[in-house]
Amino acid sequence: MADDIATPEPAAEPTPSPEPRPDPQPPILRIENVVKTFGSFRAVDGVSLDIRAGEFFALLGPSGCGKTTLLRMLAGFETPDEGRILLSGEDIAQVLPHERPVNMMFQNYALFPHLNVRDNIAFGLRRAGMPRAEITTRVAEMVALVRLEGLEKRKPDQLSGGQKQRVALARSLARRPQVLLLDEPMAALDKKLRESTQFELMELQRRLGMTFIIVTHDQEEAMTVASRIGVMKAGKLEQVAVPRRLYEEPASRWVAQFVGDINLFEGEVTAREPHRLRVSTASAGELVAAQPVAPIDESKVAVAIRPEKIRLALRRPAGDAAAINCVEGIISDTSYLGGKTVYKIRLDGGAAIHAAQANTARLDADGYGLNQRVVAWFTPDDCVVLER
Amino acid sequence: MSARRIFSRPARFAAIAPYVWMVLFFLVPFAFVAKISLSQTAIAQPPYTPVFSLAGGWSSLSDAFAALSPDNFRLLLSDDLYLSSYLRSVVVALTSTAILLLIGYPIAYGMARLPRRWQGIAMMLVIIPFWTSFLIRIYAWVNILQHDGLLNQILLALHLVSTPVVWLSTDSAMYVGIVYSYLPFMILPLFATLTKLEPALEEAAADLGASPREIFWLVTFPLSLPGVGAGSLLCFIPIVGEFVIPDLLAGSKSLMIGQTLWLEFFTNKDWPVASSIAVVLLVVLLLPLLLYDRLQRRQLEESR
Ligand SMILES: Nc1ncnc2c1ncn2[C@@H]1O[C@H](COP(=O)(O)OP(=O)(O)O)[C@@H](O)[C@H]1O
Ligand SMILES: [Mg+2]
Repeated sequence: MADDIATPEPAAEPTPSPEPRPDPQPPILRIENVVKTFGSFRAVDGVSLDIRAGEFFALLGPSGCGKTTLLRMLAGFETPDEGRILLSGEDIAQVLPHERPVNMMFQNYALFPHLNVRDNIAFGLRRAGMPRAEITTRVAEMVALVRLEGLEKRKPDQLSGGQKQRVALARSLARRPQVLLLDEPMAALDKKLRESTQFELMELQRRLGMTFIIVTHDQEEAMTVASRIGVMKAGKLEQVAVPRRLYEEPASRWVAQFVGDINLFEGEVTAREPHRLRVSTASAGELVAAQPVAPIDESKVAVAIRPEKIRLALRRPAGDAAAINCVEGIISDTSYLGGKTVYKIRLDGGAAIHAAQANTARLDADGYGLNQRVVAWFTPDDCVVLER
Repeated sequence: MSARRIFSRPARFAAIAPYVWMVLFFLVPFAFVAKISLSQTAIAQPPYTPVFSLAGGWSSLSDAFAALSPDNFRLLLSDDLYLSSYLRSVVVALTSTAILLLIGYPIAYGMARLPRRWQGIAMMLVIIPFWTSFLIRIYAWVNILQHDGLLNQILLALHLVSTPVVWLSTDSAMYVGIVYSYLPFMILPLFATLTKLEPALEEAAADLGASPREIFWLVTFPLSLPGVGAGSLLCFIPIVGEFVIPDLLAGSKSLMIGQTLWLEFFTNKDWPVASSIAVVLLVVLLLPLLLYDRLQRRQLEESR
């Protein structure tokens, strides 16, 4: 697991440095070796993670991998069987949910059906014993923040899905928690609404400067909103990294395949040159990949290449030094997706790969036809060598 | 088109079935009772006049109509016996319903929080007493509460009392019997609403800083009010008309309206007065029902 504790890199930086930089401030939330078992089933299996103040962190993983369980331990609804959770340096194991400076936005919102929008938002403020006048101001502020003006008197079942989601958000933000936990906050929204909500959420988080931890099974959502992503698999953290690094330098075959589409060529390292690694693969012959930052110990590896980094041509690009990795095959399927077209190519070696070509010209979007013979090539720098 | 014809017939029948039921088994018998309540007692078979008979033709029918009078209702108002019986019935029913709620709510709440596989067993335990005849169970209480009954034996053996306590023929005994008999009717509707309650709501309340007590009073209880209403009505209405339990367990100093009705009907053979008691009782019971209905409708409208 690449435990990346570097600050979020600016997008322009080419390759993130391998050594973690010294932390400017202690993390607001430290999760140390946390384990949660249900019976003999380890739902969360030794997770360690540092969350910095003011960051937007995403826990990404397939359904059932333990994301909600981890989040519920942070909120105090479950107690870890092992490990510690430190909030601002203090162990919160014994702190009950209603005493934690952490608020949660629930997966199905869990709005109080008998209270109207305003009373739902004011619920947490009243429990905190805030004076009446201040509650009124704060509720109005929250209502404006999530743009629910005019709906204050409505009951939850008089609201649309998107409006309910906003009420839930306003309610969990009203107490100004140190950390806001969001459990699949957009799962119930349709795609268009989800996308606009994602941007609103980011904007909100930046404006409030709060720490957000979002749980999602949607990698696009995680990449859109989060400054850092922790990928979970079967109760364990597979990789923690900034979105770009997660995509371009996945730590394992599993992460590579979970985050976006990728082509994997299984093979064996045959030669280690100063900057290059030669890998002999069964399906694509010998491939040359750039030496990864962390040295490769295994000899059995996978060379991974993202579909959009594969270039297609009708014949072998002559004299192009970059075109070292060259495979041939027949287009067996095409999917036109608007912005890009994805080709499924049956290689002569038998394997199938995906190659995506951006449709940059309107009149020339047809590209290659079915059953056409093509050459697919990619540079060593675009390949990732995976050990795990 | 044809599909609609096939499906619409049973559907239409299903829609009118409750009304047919209501007319056949409620309105028609009630019309008989209402008619008798407007008659006068007579030493005859049947023991009242007038009797509607089609044999005498139109004139005898209109004579019979003319002979109907609301005298019995005037009697109910003028005699303290009836008013105090009604009052006692309502007081007993209200008190019992309150006790039932106080006992039934925690039980239903506990049941709703059991693991799912235990809930079925708990429900069985609540229902099992129904497998024995109601009358036998009340007689069992007579046995337990009588002078040398089980309760007094235990109390004496534990030296908690030195002489047997009079339990039987007291209001306490009656309340014990009523609460015991009606508890399932309180528990089951409460249990039904409490199990439907989303656990995330209570967690959300805790997350927003509510203490366990606040969670109960601000979230759980308000959301269980439909169950509270249903359970209370299900108990209150039959308890008002209860006859067997007060007759067997309570003293005979003051009567509930069911007992008074029984006396009028069987001892005094005064069917008309008994019928008018029943008519008034129905009107009295209709009030809480209408109130409940209005409350529910308002809630529905509010949430629309
Ligand atoms: N209270 C519980 N009792 C037993 N198993 C549970 C409980 N809560 C969650 N699990 C199990 O733990 C695993 C992880 O659940 P969860 O954290 O909800 O996953 P995710 O949110 O990633 O979809 C699942 O296999 C689920 O069945
Ligand atoms: Mg979940």
